[in-house]
Amino acid sequence: MQDKELIPHLYRTEFRKIAAVLCRLFGIEHISIAEDIVGDTFLLAAETWGLKGVPQNPPAWLYTVAKNKAKDFLKRNTIYNEKVSPALQCNTDESFEIDVDLSSTNIRDSQLQMMFAICHPDIPPESQIGLSLRILCGFSIDEIADAFLTNKETINKRLFRAREKLKQVKVKIEMPSVTEIGKRIENVLTTLYLLFNEGYYSSNRNTVLQKDLCLEAMRLTHMLTENVSTNQPGVNALLSLMCFHASRFDARTNKDGELILYDEQDIDLWDKELIKKGEYYLNLSAKGDEITKYHIEAAIAYWHTGERDSSEKWEKILSLYNRLLMVEYSPIAALNRTYALAKVYGNETAIIEAEKLHLTNSHLYHILLGELYTNIDKLKAIDHFNLALKLTKPIADKNVIRKKIEKLKI
Amino acid sequence: MKEFVLLYRSEPLGEIKMTPEGTMAVSKEWENWMGGIAAQNKLVSNGARLGNEGRSLKPGIVVTNGPYAEIKEILGGLSIIRAESMEEATEIAKNCPILNVGGNVEVREIIPMNS
Repeated sequence: MQDKELIPHLYRTEFRKIAAVLCRLFGIEHISIAEDIVGDTFLLAAETWGLKGVPQNPPAWLYTVAKNKAKDFLKRNTIYNEKVSPALQCNTDESFEIDVDLSSTNIRDSQLQMMFAICHPDIPPESQIGLSLRILCGFSIDEIADAFLTNKETINKRLFRAREKLKQVKVKIEMPSVTEIGKRIENVLTTLYLLFNEGYYSSNRNTVLQKDLCLEAMRLTHMLTENVSTNQPGVNALLSLMCFHASRFDARTNKDGELILYDEQDIDLWDKELIKKGEYYLNLSAKGDEITKYHIEAAIAYWHTGERDSSEKWEKILSLYNRLLMVEYSPIAALNRTYALAKVYGNETAIIEAEKLHLTNSHLYHILLGELYTNIDKLKAIDHFNLALKLTKPIADKNVIRKKIEKLKI
Repeated sequence: MKEFVLLYRSEPLGEIKMTPEGTMAVSKEWENWMGGIAAQNKLVSNGARLGNEGRSLKPGIVVTNGPYAEIKEILGGLSIIRAESMEEATEIAKNCPILNVGGNVEVREIIPMNS
């Protein structure tokens, strides 16, 4: 990996690991200091590695620096007396070192516990997601602002208020009780879903980073399945869904970074192992009576891994989208449902339904209408594709739309 | 945006003889219709489908078995939708599958509790 990309990449993968451990160590009252320490560690890396070169083992370098900064903080601070010291009262050795445990076990445990601490019902859902993205996922403030379609100031305020609220409620960083877990898990799953989508649908064309995000979301979700109290049907359904989507990762972009649409993907590039895993978790998710929106989405994703155009498939998918929308509306589900409707009942019927959606600010809406009008009314199709062109930002996506327009003009 | 209740009335559903394929086709019609409303983000609640048996209570201690003894049609179910106006809500109701089997839809505006 190029040096320029190394630190951002490590920020992605290591920030949250160190942050989770330090947050848990310092307690909820000091999580912003924990975040600062990790941030400072990366700043130091940027300064030092630029001058002295990249160390042999970059993560280890980061861990060592972070540990030392954490120990300094603990020693200088009354935390030491409040939290750490009482446990060491019996130890007469003055030079006893505070252990900052950055083993993979402690990292995993800390992350799990931080997940639940952050996704607390007393703070607004947006704040839960914001703080999770910051601490659990190592997003920069800019990236969180993008995810929420807002600006840095808003996010910083939101995160500040979220931390204050957690302190006020005196949230303990520990595994929730069996009675609480049900409620808390929903929030956690929403965050993980958001994280996955950030990687899967991001307009950032750095496919290495994108895949990282998806894999991290899957890893965190998988963590939940490994713990008896959090291994619930909805969790397995979400993981199944992620596996199915991720199985198409390599088929989705060509060497120019352009997105290849589902219909045109090379099936041989679909990751069969991931599809199998998806089916495995889908089966596990069928235990019990619970049907969450993730179950429905996983079932839809499952149908997309099979034969491309069987009529049974599209009828099933239409039915599933109907049910998904009845559980929870989303513009994407509405558009996808309309596409399935076209496959089952034809474009004319679908156009009537599509025009009721009124999603005129969405480039996807116009792409869909462009597709539907293609063999029916060329001028309308081109109009819609042009609107989509205006609304789409990534250049690779613009190119895909331009090609469609070219095809129509022939 | 206002909310409206759609009340579905028809012959008691047990009276309509249907083949298994017929039943599935009807379910599909309903699912597609409700899915279409949901796709517009106008479905507030799927509502409920009501059982054929019921009780009618009147002042006094008389409870009659009902509601369908001699009555040709009963309330079969309800849904709650969102719309700007009664006109729009009525437009949505026009595609209700119950109209295909001789039933009818009543559209009523919901008056919010705190007004």
